Amino acid sequence: MADFEPVLMANMQREDSHTLAAYEKAGGYAALKRALREMQPKGVVDLVKRSGLRGRGGAGFPTGLKWTFLPQETRGPVYFCLNADESEPGTFNNRVLMEQDPHQVLEGLILSCFATCATTAYFYMRYEFPLAWRRVQAAIDECYSAGYLGSNILGSGYSLNVYLHRGAGAYICGEETGLIESLEGKRAWPRIKPPFPAVEGAFRRPTVVNNVETVACVTHIVARGAEWFRSMGVPPDPADPRDPGSFGPKLYCLSGHVERPGCYEAPMGLPVRELIDRFGGGIWKGRRAKAAIPGGISMGLLRADEFDCRLDFASPARYGCLGLGTAAVVVLDETVSMVDFLHNSCRFFAHESCGQCTPCREGTAWSLRMLDRIRAGRGRWKDLDLLLEIGDSIGIIPGSTICGLSDGAAWPIKNAIRKFRAEFEDYIRQSNPQGYLETAPVAALDSTGSH
Amino acid sequence: MAERILTEEMENAIRALFPRYPTRQAVTLPALHIVLEKLRYVPPQAVVEIAGLLELAPSQVQDTLSFYGIFPQDKPHGRTRVWVCRSISCALRGSDELLQQLCESAGISPGGTTGDGRVTIEIAECLGACEHAPCMLANDELHHCITREQGEAFLRGLK
Repeated sequence: MADFEPVLMANMQREDSHTLAAYEKAGGYAALKRALREMQPKGVVDLVKRSGLRGRGGAGFPTGLKWTFLPQETRGPVYFCLNADESEPGTFNNRVLMEQDPHQVLEGLILSCFATCATTAYFYMRYEFPLAWRRVQAAIDECYSAGYLGSNILGSGYSLNVYLHRGAGAYICGEETGLIESLEGKRAWPRIKPPFPAVEGAFRRPTVVNNVETVACVTHIVARGAEWFRSMGVPPDPADPRDPGSFGPKLYCLSGHVERPGCYEAPMGLPVRELIDRFGGGIWKGRRAKAAIPGGISMGLLRADEFDCRLDFASPARYGCLGLGTAAVVVLDETVSMVDFLHNSCRFFAHESCGQCTPCREGTAWSLRMLDRIRAGRGRWKDLDLLLEIGDSIGIIPGSTICGLSDGAAWPIKNAIRKFRAEFEDYIRQSNPQGYLETAPVAALDSTGSH
Repeated sequence: MAERILTEEMENAIRALFPRYPTRQAVTLPALHIVLEKLRYVPPQAVVEIAGLLELAPSQVQDTLSFYGIFPQDKPHGRTRVWVCRSISCALRGSDELLQQLCESAGISPGGTTGDGRVTIEIAECLGACEHAPCMLANDELHHCITREQGEAFLRGLK
């Protein structure tokens, strides 16, 4: 741990780190040059497979394996979509990469397109990243001038065009088939799978969708090798034959009630406590922690006595969380009301549900209305059971929705109420002493305008 | 016949994107962005004209537009459009209070525009800048860790 050398953030300390000149001076594009000269696409795929790289966007699917799902022989184009729609509350590592070191992202993107034989890539960036947009567009322009993009890249015979495509303020566009629908000019309603995008994706063609940090890792795997990547992180759990392990460096986002919020790089498997104390300078204002989100709000909650949890793909689930997600930790200090936390979470998902699947559309909106009522002093203990019933029945895990958005809506509900039930009960009893034991159906409040 | 809204410049900018995509429909969001940037809104007549360029039914463009939250249709947003983040990291560091303060100072509700057209204040879900909470986006500029005083100074400085 002590001898860990950052790679994803190494270039960011340099002056003008976002420019091609600074990136090349630091050795940038050497991996691309070597790969185009010495490697076949299949060689890059095999290398990434051997490295054990898993997608950094939230689901943690093995990247090399995803690439092998493309049909072996296909006439016509394969599309590559770079998912830069980063919108998970607490998450900003992709923004930092694109703003501070866009060429690292582009080198990884070009390598990934070369590996998957894609000749067109759509760089789908969320609307709210204007600086990243300008920096990435400038970097793409530099790449065309330098011969890293366009036809016959560096004389290799390989050609690639990259087009920036701007989102329009919808969280669901981060779901890979929602992204594809949005790219095609439609409402971003996720598709029923199968077919998976590798078989039928953008414009009904084989398509790969990868996250920004994922392709940035590809650059370093090509430069340093699969063994280097596997030399850090957490090996597979011998008790779980389906666990492929969690390897490589990771960008951790830290925000909320800590002294030094920020983006920090460390190997996979960093304990939450170490991230907060060593990198984040501890809880702010000398207070104590109450809870933390382990990887974006969708992943649920850890109590303060669960901060031994390591941030790898397998560990958060052992603490009842949904998973690692984006490894974005948001810390809540002892003054935070869990009712307020859950209200904020439910409001987010009610706002961002795309409306396609009834359990998600109605479940997220209903849970918000209940939290509104609880905060208005008209909650009942029964509402906690109703909230849990919603939490247990919406999402792809219970099998009631097309995509995982409502699993993300469900986990904060389930974790908050099951881990902090006494606080919710106290709040309801004290704020509604006459009616907290009522169980008869109640009318909804008039719109409180929080949606 | 309603008066045309898209200028030749806008139409050319939209047409220039056609070669990037295998379908015209994929130019829907880019076209809406081009119009929004120029007019600060996308009135129904612009939707009809975009549909004409993209060889779509106006309802297809309207369907897409209405899914996303950033394209006003009735009137232009203010010269400065402010997005105040309210998601968890910002909420933990005072974004609800910031939003309330900005709206009170400007004399509008979230989503509203001042009478002089100077500013529109919108609520945003996570802006992806959680290390700078509470944050807001004002046109193309992200404002970091905004205090009460900075919020006031920002509003006073608007043209």
